[in-house]
Amino acid sequence: MKQKEPLFSAKNKKLIFNPLNKENPITVQVLGICSALAVTAKLEPAIVMSISVMAVLALANVIISVMRNTIPPRIRIIVQLVVIAALVILVDQVLKAFAYDVSKQLSVFVGLIITNCILMGRLEAFAMGNKPWPSFLDGLGNAAGYGIILIIIAFFRELLGSGTIFNYPVMEKIGLYSIGYKNNGMMILPPMALITVGIIIWVQRSRNKELIEDK
Amino acid sequence: MFTNRYIFTYAAVMVIVVAAILSFAATVLKPYQEKNVRTEKIMDILKSVNIESDKSNAEELYDKYITEELAITPEGEVVSLYKTGSKSFEKGDIRPFDINMKVELSKLEKLKSGKGNEKPVFPLYVCSYENKTYYIIPLRGKGLWGPIWGNISLLDDFKTVYGVTFGHKGETPGLGAEIATSAFQKQFAGKTIFDDSYGFTSVKVVKGGAATLPANEQIHGVDAISGGTITSNSVSEMLKVCLENYVPYIKQHVTN
Repeated sequence: MKQKEPLFSAKNKKLIFNPLNKENPITVQVLGICSALAVTAKLEPAIVMSISVMAVLALANVIISVMRNTIPPRIRIIVQLVVIAALVILVDQVLKAFAYDVSKQLSVFVGLIITNCILMGRLEAFAMGNKPWPSFLDGLGNAAGYGIILIIIAFFRELLGSGTIFNYPVMEKIGLYSIGYKNNGMMILPPMALITVGIIIWVQRSRNKELIEDK
Repeated sequence: MFTNRYIFTYAAVMVIVVAAILSFAATVLKPYQEKNVRTEKIMDILKSVNIESDKSNAEELYDKYITEELAITPEGEVVSLYKTGSKSFEKGDIRPFDINMKVELSKLEKLKSGKGNEKPVFPLYVCSYENKTYYIIPLRGKGLWGPIWGNISLLDDFKTVYGVTFGHKGETPGLGAEIATSAFQKQFAGKTIFDDSYGFTSVKVVKGGAATLPANEQIHGVDAISGGTITSNSVSEMLKVCLENYVPYIKQHVTN
C-alpha cells in the first residue's frame, strides 16, 4: 500500500513559501502588476484585494484540480475562465453586500481579477496536473506572495502619500507637519507604485543571490 | 480521448451549474446590497446639510432631521408630500426618496425634444436642523467618463447655498475627481442661485477662477479645477439643469 504523504510535507511547505520569495508572482514572474499599481494607494483596499485574490485563487485551484481528469483538453482554458469568472462575481457580490465602502474603492479591479495572469497561470501550470490539497496550498502561497507585495507597496504609499496608516494620521501624531513636512502627492499616483515595485525587486534581488541572472 | 458529444455536454452542464450558483447568490445578497445603496444615499443627503452620519445611525438621523419629502413637477406643482415623522403621505403616493433621478431626467429630456410626453417629477427634501430649515435638492448629470451626482442644500430663502456634496463614477483621479473633495465643495457655501430679483442664475464653475467674473456675478461662481475643465463644466451644467426644475416652485414660495 502506498504510504500517505503528510499534509505539510517539505514539498507542500515549499508550495506555500516559495511564492513569497524566490517565485514571487509580482517581483519575480512580474504578473498582476496592473492591480498592484491600481489598488495600493491605501492599505485597506490592498488588503481586501489580497484576500479576494486569495479566496478566488485557492478555490479555483481546488475546483480545477478536482475536475482536472474530466476536463477535455480542447476546452480547458474556457473551463478555467468560467470557474475564475464565477468565483470573482461571487466575491464582488459579497463585497458589495458586506464591505460596500471598500468595494467602491476597488471598483472595477475586483472584476479584473478575472484577467489577472496569476490566476490563469496557476490553474494551467499547477492545478491541471496536481491533486486538490497541493493545489490549494499552491493557490494560498501564490496569493500570499501577491498580497504581501501589495501590502508593502500600500504601506509606503499610504504613509508617504497621505501620512496615514489605516487612515490613522501617523505623521500628524508624531508632529512632522509642524516642522514643515509635507505629504508627497506623487506617491498616490500609479507611477510611484511602479517605482516602489522596482525598489522592492532591487532589494529582493540584492539579498537573494539565486535571483541574479547570468550575464 | 474525449468525444465531441462529451465536450458539448460538459460545457453545457458546467454553464448551467455556474448560472444557477450565481443567480442564487445574487438573489440572497440583493437585500444587503440595496440597503447599502440606500444608506449611502441617506448619508449623502445628510452631508449636504453638514450632518455627519455613519452606517449605523444614518436612518435614525434622517428620520430625525428630514421632516418632509416633496415631489415637484417642473411647473412647480407638488404631486406628492411625504412626512418622514409619521411615515405617511399627505398627498400623492410616490415616495420622493425613491424617485430615480436618472429616469426623471431622461423623461425631461424627451419631453423637451418632443419625443415623449411623460411628465417628470423631482424630489425636494425639507430638513429642519438646529431650528433652521434647509431645502435639499438632489443633482445628477453627465461627467467626462460617467455619471456625476450630488445634493445641494439651500437656506430658507431658497437662494443661498448652504452646502453641497458631489460624487462621481469614474472621473480622472487628481483632476475631475477633485469635485468629490471638501476643498472644492466648501466653495459653494454662501453662493446664491438667484440674483436679487429672483432671476435664476445657478452657480457656475468658472475656469480661471470666480475672481475673473464681474464683481456682481462673483456670488454666482466658484473656482473650477485645474486640468478638470470638462468635469467642472459638467458640474455647472448639472446644477443648471437640475435646479431649473425647481424655479417655478421656489418662485411661488418666495413671493408668498
